Amino acid sequence: MNSAARTNPSARAPVAAMRRFDAARLRALVLKESLQAIRDPSTLLIAFVLPTVLLFLFAYAVSLDVSKVRIGVVLESPSASAHTLAAAFTGTRYLDVTLAHDRRDVAEEIVSGRLRGFVVIPQDFERRLNGRSGQPLVQVITDGSQPNTANYVANYAQGVVQTWRAGLGADVPSTAVALNPRYWFNAELESRRSLVPGAIAIVMTIIGTMLTALVVAREWERGTMEAVLSTPASVVEILIGKLLPYFALGMLSTLGAAALAVFVFDVPLRGSLAALLLLSAVFMVPALGQGLLISSVTRNQFLAAQIALFSGFLPAFMLSGFLYEIDAMPAPIRAITWLIPARYFVSSLKTVFLAGDVWAAFVPNLLAMGVIGALLFLLAKRATRKNLEA
Amino acid sequence: MPVNGVSTVTEGVADSKAAVVIDSVTKRFGSVHALRGLTAHIHYGRLTGLVGPDGAGKTTLLRILTGLLVPDSGRVTVAGFDVVDDNDAIHVATGYMPQRFGLYEDLSVMENMRLYAQLRGMDAARNAGLFAELLDFTRLGPFTGRLAGKLSGGMKQKLGLACALMARPAVLLLDEPSVGVDPVSRRDLWRMVQALTDEGMAVVWSTAYLDEAERCDSVLLLNDGQLAYDGPPGELTARLEDRSFRLEEVGERRRAILAEALNLASIGDGVIQGAGVRVTLRADARAEEIQALADRTRARLAAVPPRFEDAFIDLLGGGPGGTSPLAERLPPVELASDIAVSCRNLTKRFGTFTATDNVSFDVRKGEIFGLLGPNGAGKSTTFKMLCGLLKPSHGEAHVVGLDLRRATGAAKAQLGYMAQKFSLYGLLSVRQNLEFSAGVYGLEGATRRVRIEEMIDTFRLAPWLSAAPNSLPLGFKQRLALACAVMHRPPVLFLDEPTSGVDPITRREFWTHINGLARKGVTVLVTTHFMDEAEYCDRVAMLYRARLIALDTPDALKRGAAAPPLADPTMEDAFIHLVESADLTDSNHGERAA
Repeated sequence: MNSAARTNPSARAPVAAMRRFDAARLRALVLKESLQAIRDPSTLLIAFVLPTVLLFLFAYAVSLDVSKVRIGVVLESPSASAHTLAAAFTGTRYLDVTLAHDRRDVAEEIVSGRLRGFVVIPQDFERRLNGRSGQPLVQVITDGSQPNTANYVANYAQGVVQTWRAGLGADVPSTAVALNPRYWFNAELESRRSLVPGAIAIVMTIIGTMLTALVVAREWERGTMEAVLSTPASVVEILIGKLLPYFALGMLSTLGAAALAVFVFDVPLRGSLAALLLLSAVFMVPALGQGLLISSVTRNQFLAAQIALFSGFLPAFMLSGFLYEIDAMPAPIRAITWLIPARYFVSSLKTVFLAGDVWAAFVPNLLAMGVIGALLFLLAKRATRKNLEA
Repeated sequence: MPVNGVSTVTEGVADSKAAVVIDSVTKRFGSVHALRGLTAHIHYGRLTGLVGPDGAGKTTLLRILTGLLVPDSGRVTVAGFDVVDDNDAIHVATGYMPQRFGLYEDLSVMENMRLYAQLRGMDAARNAGLFAELLDFTRLGPFTGRLAGKLSGGMKQKLGLACALMARPAVLLLDEPSVGVDPVSRRDLWRMVQALTDEGMAVVWSTAYLDEAERCDSVLLLNDGQLAYDGPPGELTARLEDRSFRLEEVGERRRAILAEALNLASIGDGVIQGAGVRVTLRADARAEEIQALADRTRARLAAVPPRFEDAFIDLLGGGPGGTSPLAERLPPVELASDIAVSCRNLTKRFGTFTATDNVSFDVRKGEIFGLLGPNGAGKSTTFKMLCGLLKPSHGEAHVVGLDLRRATGAAKAQLGYMAQKFSLYGLLSVRQNLEFSAGVYGLEGATRRVRIEEMIDTFRLAPWLSAAPNSLPLGFKQRLALACAVMHRPPVLFLDEPTSGVDPITRREFWTHINGLARKGVTVLVTTHFMDEAEYCDRVAMLYRARLIALDTPDALKRGAAAPPLADPTMEDAFIHLVESADLTDSNHGERAA
């Protein structure tokens, strides 16, 4: 159709088209992928709506804080001091106290789960208080089926009694050491503050691993990969052309999530924005690498989504220290967490939001994420061949 | 046909060297031998047809030529480059259009073209002129802003071709470019490819339609991974010279005559052609038997020019006999009325889109009634309303006198339905599929056992009983699907694209059954995209843009298209003629309204 481009089979193929890597081709692929991402409503849903919903969920619906725990206070002693102790219990904002005069009334409430425990101020409270016999002043009964809450109720009840007793005057022997706890980094001990930064890691995993796995598998499924593979574009160009737009999308989504965290959920950003972006960018390497590996192996959207869920999302959720503390896990599970890139990212995110730029902590985490990412990319590159051989 | 601004000089490159050299290539997928020691040459400046039934190895060969698959043994060079060692060069030298639409449906026509231009390393400055040429060439100019996913099947293929043509490949490889394309767009594609070969390009066009082979300069005929023939189609067809005949104007008796003819030892193949029966003699056989048959039935026996398909069937050793064991067992169908299926003002709207618009017709008992039309014309929608799978928005349909709106269940018990793509249960074995169908149609006890055994016997399914349907060869899948549809001996049979993707021998066997059933009084409604199969029908309803534009016998439809340049039009010519006149009427109406 163009005499300049006349078919000339004896000529060697043009040099430009033979190049393994060509910036113009990459640009064309990136443009194509971006157009597709923008036109596909599900991409935008996953990149922007899902993170917002997740952040709201973790910020408001999921709370690991113990506040307003419902307990009963059984006032068996009619004395004035017993009444002031009961008042001390009702006065605290961490407890929601139901007053009773017979322990049988509250015992049933524990069985039915309406109360988490109860404190008995016994009949001989006055005698015990004055007797200096060392006998315990009150009895605390808790619901052991919820161990965390049970511990909390027991400790807190003790604390209330001690504080009350200290307030009585010098004639009462004070305990050997007076505890005055300070919670660093999260002074109000609001779980939201540590959950929201962690949620950003979840969001990035979804975009990096899940979305990438899906879009590459989609090309195989729809047969568009066959057409692209038959052009001079190289595997590296095709894969980078896929990854760059999703890298950008992931970073945009991170910025959005961070803005939401700081301006809506009042999570402080004590570190620098640059550090946050650097950490996120490095985390995208293993996340994208994993997505790529999954899609290269499965070439099927449904399978890719399932594998991404089990190998990316769930570990990031449960084994990264986002929801459950790694130190509290059994040793074998703890060993596995070292393989989860999200683990390094969650801990860095918590640091950058709640503590500040602590490079001594960031550098090993960045290295770990980088190494895992490089490994995944290497595997993905090996799994992707420039042909249709399975 | 020269393209704008192109001279049709080949500058001596054609024939100087082979464009593709295939040397003893084998390829296996697990236990399946896709290619068995294939050796062939493909030349510049020629249109080479890669012809063969589905599963013959066409796609595998094309993928090897594009460097997308690696041969297990043997060597292939394309435009002088080895497909394995010079893989990168192959991608530059070839343009490839996969069987499945490989472009991005969520990108527009122009965006797809730009992407492929850049992937093929074309500089932006020159693109504008080339794009204009390609758009003009493909007649896609008015649709540059449309998303590729919203194009019709034909326009998609033309866009695919435009993208494969970027940067002027030396070798153009097209994998079944005419599948799902209506005859009008198909003619466009041929025109474009012809222009390209005139310029010296080597074009490979793979197809399962044997009539397309006749249009190629040269043909590689594949069957079961082996080369059955290599050369100009005319030479193969010439072997059948003086062996093709037609029994003219046998009308009502044509099915009986075909059955009888196919049972003659001297006859290798036979099909129905309108009111006539077309037969081919076996090699070295004489015309005495068929002449005797003609005399006995008082039909005129005329020698006709052979077709490529005749030659192909001959190459494979001839088609099946004329007796259908399925129909033999069937008692004649008795119906209260002579009208088996009827519809009045049938209309179906999906939102603002009208899929079927005011369609009315009657189908007589024992008639084979064809529904023809381009993709998206409303064939399937009409079909589904007639067998009670879709509720009409307006109008009514009756099957054996039962109103489909009121007595849906009773009407469905009177019909057998064979869905497109032979929808069988993949997780059930062949026997379980048969038992399931028997159960669904209420066959019980001894009847059920006997009928299932009959089906196994008739369709020779015994070796496959415990296999999964998806592991069956396509021909057996089709037999199983037909078995499931006819087991309860329905008086009316609905067949939706029953022969798509099936090799010509199996297609003939299938039509032997259908002809046999029709002779017993079973009414058959069939949709098909094989134009020659429309010839088996008593009458053909032509659907176009949701409306019924013609309803007549195949011969009458063909006569309507006869004009000076086309003395003996084919069914395809008739189809194109009808579609074009419908378009003309539409535009005239439009002008008058304006």
